[in-house]
Amino acid sequence: MTWETVIGLEVHIQLLTASKMFCGCKTTFGDPPNTNVCPVCLGLPGALPVPNEAAVRHGVRAALALGCTIHPISVFARKNYFYPDLPKGYQISQFDRPLATGGTVWFDSPDRGRTAVSITRLHLEEDAGKSLHDRLPGKTAIDLNRSGIPLAEIVGGPDLRSPGEARAYLGALRDILLYTGVSDCSMEEGSLRVDANLSLRRPDGPLGTKTEVKNMNSFANVERALTVERERQAAILEGGGRVEHQTLLFQAASGEVRPMRSKEESHDYRYFPEPDLPPLILEPDFIEAERDILPELPEAKRTRFEGELGLPPYDAGVLTGTPDIADYFEAVVAAGAAPKAAANWVMGEVLAARTGREELPVAADRLAALIALVDEGVVSLQAAKQVFAELIHDHSAPRVVAERLGLVQVADVEALTEWVEEVLAAHPGEVQRYRNGEQKLLGFFVGQVMKRSRGKADPKGVQPVLRKRLTAS
Amino acid sequence: MSAIRDLAAAVADGTRPARSVAAETARALERTGGLNATLDWSAELLEAQAGAVDESATKGSLAGVPVALKDNIVTTDQPVTCGSRLLEGYRSPYNATVVERLRAAGALTAIKTNLDEFAMGSSTEHSAFGRVLHPTDPDRVPGGSSGGSAALVAAGVVPAALGSETGGSVRQPASFCGVVGIKPSYGRVSRFGLVAFGSSLDCISALGATVEDAARVLHVISGADPRDATTLAAGPVELLPPRQDLRGVTIGLPRECFPPDLDPGVRAGCDRAIAALRELGAEVREVSLTHTGYGVATYYVIAPAEASANLARYDGVRYGQRRLDGAVDVRGLYRATRGAGFGAEVKRRIVIGTYVLSSGYYDAYYAKAQRVRGLIAEDYRRLFQDDGVDYLFTPTTPTVAFRAGERTADPVAMYLADIFTVGACLAGLPAVSLPIGRSNGLPVGGQLVGPVMREAELLAVAGALEAIVPGADEVR
Repeated sequence: MTWETVIGLEVHIQLLTASKMFCGCKTTFGDPPNTNVCPVCLGLPGALPVPNEAAVRHGVRAALALGCTIHPISVFARKNYFYPDLPKGYQISQFDRPLATGGTVWFDSPDRGRTAVSITRLHLEEDAGKSLHDRLPGKTAIDLNRSGIPLAEIVGGPDLRSPGEARAYLGALRDILLYTGVSDCSMEEGSLRVDANLSLRRPDGPLGTKTEVKNMNSFANVERALTVERERQAAILEGGGRVEHQTLLFQAASGEVRPMRSKEESHDYRYFPEPDLPPLILEPDFIEAERDILPELPEAKRTRFEGELGLPPYDAGVLTGTPDIADYFEAVVAAGAAPKAAANWVMGEVLAARTGREELPVAADRLAALIALVDEGVVSLQAAKQVFAELIHDHSAPRVVAERLGLVQVADVEALTEWVEEVLAAHPGEVQRYRNGEQKLLGFFVGQVMKRSRGKADPKGVQPVLRKRLTAS
Repeated sequence: MSAIRDLAAAVADGTRPARSVAAETARALERTGGLNATLDWSAELLEAQAGAVDESATKGSLAGVPVALKDNIVTTDQPVTCGSRLLEGYRSPYNATVVERLRAAGALTAIKTNLDEFAMGSSTEHSAFGRVLHPTDPDRVPGGSSGGSAALVAAGVVPAALGSETGGSVRQPASFCGVVGIKPSYGRVSRFGLVAFGSSLDCISALGATVEDAARVLHVISGADPRDATTLAAGPVELLPPRQDLRGVTIGLPRECFPPDLDPGVRAGCDRAIAALRELGAEVREVSLTHTGYGVATYYVIAPAEASANLARYDGVRYGQRRLDGAVDVRGLYRATRGAGFGAEVKRRIVIGTYVLSSGYYDAYYAKAQRVRGLIAEDYRRLFQDDGVDYLFTPTTPTVAFRAGERTADPVAMYLADIFTVGACLAGLPAVSLPIGRSNGLPVGGQLVGPVMREAELLAVAGALEAIVPGADEVR
């Protein structure tokens, strides 16, 4: 590889507020078109914006979670351009005085291990509406429910070196934002959108000309699109050509990138301070109140899971993926389960059973009780998995379920002796061979006893009984 | 001297039903229709509003008082055009804050007055619906952009009206028409429901036949509004009685506002008013507002810049008059709609505003204009805070009402009509224009400017001056 890839991402997240950035309209996704609108977000003559305090709080919290410096004074600005779904002909955003600057996000690079991405800035803005080109034949329909939805734009530095890193960084960023509760980060519903800048250069050489890639609707497609764009630029450079500075749209169906028409991108946004809004002044108390309610972030939690709970890095990574999984895992441990056993259960049975549902199955204290049954030898690990499957829809205590299913292990010598006798009687040849010195057949007999007992026999109790019967004649 | 106080009292005690006020106002509107001062009014709506006042158990401070509204203030029951073809047929789904407050006080608000298109102009000749005639000389302009409101008050049709100022659009027509115009501090009156022109300058302002009439209206409409984030955290402007004398008051005369080429009639009016101020016991001295000469240029960068963004929404996509004229794409729709819908002056300002905000020009124009605006505000601050000056007195305008058509071909000559009024707008200060005499039968206006938020005290001084200066008398 003679080219180094340089990628920087601009991520827009929808802030999780009940009402819009500058008016009281609802932010609900999927409502009938143009139902969550008012004079302000429709841009009607005479209407004025009033900032939503909740949106500002969410923005501050997101910025704190990304390690940014919050500026006590930031300024809203008008970004001017004509588009049919932009009702005022400008978007209220922030320009030269953003809410926050200078943060860091750590992520696991598939190529370089733990890697830091610098966060250049985070600013607040409102969303535009939506143009629907496929709803009415030959016409464009406009839905302004999205108009005025609060967004934070998070601009990352040019610190990523591969499409895979871009994807991994997005995952880490999403984890942080989910933890902080500022956004639900759903690309499907448009609450997280990604634009990418990519350029190639010789290692340690000056930065090359970048292109901007848009229209990527999943993390996987970000990786795909950037891979395609990297190959496209590499081919141009290898052929002695020059990369043109332009904006490209990813076409998910064909897996290609196509340039935007130059008309679509030749914008002079004519930013200027929004005269309808005074500068946003944040008192130290306001910022500290948000810092106080910041939850433990994935990075810190992960370190704690490895250090205090002794989990392997892989387990710590999986368990801190989303706040609900981490909280669940901690609740299982708090209810008395050993951390590693709890980790195995959560990463295995629990996540597998969660597929396709919102809630985590089986309350944490019930899982802890089930793990205790295994530890105490009441049920085998195999049997416990059957019990777990029952617990998802059966709310009885794990021991009750195990008993009902007949899965409680039998350690009673008399009962074990009965099964052992039956097994020995059924396998006279093997008994003879064992007695002739083939000691390794002991395992075979244990397996047969387990089979005959349908898993109920306590394997630890079976061995001494077997040995005794086999040596006796 | 308050027609409004007497009228509201008569309506409140039942001696004068609001319905009869409404009927008389309707007759006066018919009689003065030739002024072209109104864009929409209806006898039925006046009657209905008056009926509600008559039937209401509580009577507000403006009970039964007709207050005309400049047609850039939105109401749900009448169209709002801003004097533009582009908005023809548009009706607002909500009422402006000032309208809600006026109606709560019992005012009759069913008269929409003519204006320069989107409030851009100083003569009300730039209305798409024809010019407004000066009430005393039909060949002259009433000033602008609130020319319709000023003409209706001057003609005695209504005792008060609302206008809006961005650079002097209430004080200048008040001066031309011989009525009182009060521009409050920026942020003292909610802009919610005022169609935006230059948002950092726009102020809804009051016109009245007398200082007290205008003050009574300002009292009702002023005060913080949660729907306008730029309103100042303060209650309504207090109503103070006019001062009996001006002893202990220092009035500054900025020398830049009395240039050698000042119209002789205006100068004579000012001289008499200044003598009256002294007679009242005020200490009057010459002061300097160093940056006055840059005011108009600064204003004509900042206001158009903001206007270029504020008027972007009139694109024919959601409301107003959509034109296609054969266009096949959205750009063609914009071009046809805005090309046909906006008049020449509005287009001129959109072009200027777009230019001064453009990449590569921003620092040279918009950013520099903002710095000069800061210097202008500092001039006033220094006088009021450091130099012991309480109020400033200046002519409101350099001339009396000029002839229709005289300046339409020369935008800069038109813009200079605002030279003495833009300063208070750029600095966000309260100012009042009141009649101080006539020159060849045409009104001359004098202006008092005060510190921010000091409207009540400023108007008490204006009331004292008004009481001893006969505004209707010839001054030479």
